[in-house]
Amino acid sequence: MAEFAVDPYVTRYARRARTMAASEVRALFAVASRPEVVSLAGGMPYVQALPEENVLEVVRAVLERRGATALQYGAGAGHPGLKERLCALMAEEGVEADPELVVVTHGAQQALDLVAKVFLDPGDELAVEAPCYVGALAAFRTYEPRFVEVPLDEEGMRVDLLEEALLRGARPKFVYTVPTFHNPAGVTMSLERRERLVALCREAGVPIVEDNPYGMLRFEGQPLPCLRSLDPDNVIYVGTLSKVFSPGVRVGWVLAPPGVVGKLVLAKEAADLCTSPFMQLVGEEYLAGDWWREHLRSLVGIYRARRNAMLSALDRHFPSDARWTRPQGGFYVWVTLPEHLDAGALLAAAVDRRVAYVPGTAFYAGRGGANQMRLSFCYPPERDIVLGVERLGELLAEREALFRSIAGGRSSPPGPAPAPP
Amino acid sequence: MRVAVLAGGWSPEREVSLRSGHRVQLALSGAGHEAVLVDPATVPIPRAVQELRPEVCYIALHGKEGEDGTVQSLLEVLGVPYTGSDPLACQLAFDKSLAKEVLARAGVPTPPWVTLQAAALRDLGAGAVLDLVAERVGLPAVVKPTRGGSAMGLSFVEASRDLPGAVMKGLAFADAVVVERKVEGTELAVSTVGDPPEALPAVEVVPKGGVFDYEARYTPGATDYYVPARLPPEVAAACAEVSLRAFAALGLRDVARVDLMVDGQGRPSVIEVNVSPGMTETSLLPMAAGAAGLTLSELCERVAGLALARAAGP
Repeated sequence: MAEFAVDPYVTRYARRARTMAASEVRALFAVASRPEVVSLAGGMPYVQALPEENVLEVVRAVLERRGATALQYGAGAGHPGLKERLCALMAEEGVEADPELVVVTHGAQQALDLVAKVFLDPGDELAVEAPCYVGALAAFRTYEPRFVEVPLDEEGMRVDLLEEALLRGARPKFVYTVPTFHNPAGVTMSLERRERLVALCREAGVPIVEDNPYGMLRFEGQPLPCLRSLDPDNVIYVGTLSKVFSPGVRVGWVLAPPGVVGKLVLAKEAADLCTSPFMQLVGEEYLAGDWWREHLRSLVGIYRARRNAMLSALDRHFPSDARWTRPQGGFYVWVTLPEHLDAGALLAAAVDRRVAYVPGTAFYAGRGGANQMRLSFCYPPERDIVLGVERLGELLAEREALFRSIAGGRSSPPGPAPAPP
Repeated sequence: MRVAVLAGGWSPEREVSLRSGHRVQLALSGAGHEAVLVDPATVPIPRAVQELRPEVCYIALHGKEGEDGTVQSLLEVLGVPYTGSDPLACQLAFDKSLAKEVLARAGVPTPPWVTLQAAALRDLGAGAVLDLVAERVGLPAVVKPTRGGSAMGLSFVEASRDLPGAVMKGLAFADAVVVERKVEGTELAVSTVGDPPEALPAVEVVPKGGVFDYEARYTPGATDYYVPARLPPEVAAACAEVSLRAFAALGLRDVARVDLMVDGQGRPSVIEVNVSPGMTETSLLPMAAGAAGLTLSELCERVAGLALARAAGP
């Protein structure tokens, strides 16, 4: 009799590896990649809109003029020329930044990992929104924190509830938020909440990590100040070129107070020495050109049209007791179904009907989100969005009918059989 | 042998199947055979068959299409020998409700159950029925989709108030669910290979989280496995015997995996039968074969050889 060792290393893995497990939802997404499936799941930017010739020109310019730099190791903090361009980009959103305080990372995702690495010991508290960007939760979980979940509503994070948590004794190492065009909730934090959050955190001595991937994708309404511009000393700002240019170049960055920058640079060097200099120069060259603004304007137009298509399809095809957010920018609509409909359990049936979404539970550090789903409008063309929402709507209607017959029948006897036509 | 290993496809078990197929392909190539992986999601099977001209197709597809007789029927039409059971046996085994019916009629022990069709629930005022179901089956119960694998859509019901939710969940994966009495005891898998079939040593499954769900199946370390199972010899023999009877009752061929529960009195009952058992590194059939002294290559060769021999005819 022997215990069978499936993986001889099982007993050797670190504790943090335990959070990494196989998942049914991931398995279903593998199926959702089939061409007939309308995927409202992924948050993939619509890179097809990039003018190919221009991109080729950018890459060619980098290799022709600065090939040796592009193909060599670079500085851990990032390429100075790119950092200046990134500061100019942040200035467009009202954030004043010194290139010395910028650390270039392998996408914003690495920025989240490095920030967590620098701040979190196992068991430390960390405040996140509920729901919260799933990638941030994954990055943070590795460092084994205890999550303090702060619910959000139409106006973004419920800062009053954060305050209550702090009063009750919560001591988060930092507060993580996506204040503008939230992933997954699609909402934007109001000015009043922004000011309150910044004041509260400053008073409590808790730094804020502001993740702002979507800020430049505004479809309507007045831009609001970034948290970083409201309090440069207490806000660590995370940005990315993924949405204004391309996620494939993997260029993100952190803008942080000086002490934090020092730690982040060391952590960055320990992790991967430097972000690909080639891709940094491509990013720099892109921002140095004059066509990217035009491209961004056209992207915003595309995403706006897709959002409109999704919202009107939801109005037409979704049950009247479902609720959803109406984002002014970004990629996502967040749907809350009636309590008895489990979005996770529905995914397989949805994929069977050729439509996919992300079940809400993925976006919560704790329990929650069972009756919620994230719908992305960034990638599929409008007619597919409408088709996908229509398919989902039909499925929800059927499930609702099934639920009524299962649950409803319990308290009342079955009615008479319908008369033949 | 020139073998086309069919794996992938578009079932929810696509990823698992690709891992199974990859391992089968390596095992067969390692033994000197010409093995090519064919993913029906990328290449239509008829085209692959025409181009590769395989002597045999090794079916490593899991879930719908691969296990419900669809692919088997297609291969019958194409006239290519394939591993495993024929279309009818696949259909019977894949539908948990039909399989249990066949097993029960053949006197193979299987826990009491009720099948609930979505259509019937919708049309026949099923609320009251659910209470009867809980009464008739007994609680705790397991609710699972009639069709599908890897424990997707499965839930345990301790109290009757949880039954509607579990039924709703199961019905997201199939148009009917089986509500089956939960047997407390030891969870086992007995793999059967050959013609006539022989039972390999039973594998005992002890999921650390208590439930052998998707995560427990495919995360190394999430489940402890014991091969052979920690059973008294007479119980182990009874499990093997019951498994072979299940294999025969469903009219299976070549290879199958029978999932069983053994209760506190050492009585086995058959939970379900898989005609295309997983071949991944955490799958039960390769573990059992290993315990019987068969390498993965030998196992795959033997299964493919059975299909080839059948094609050659008596």
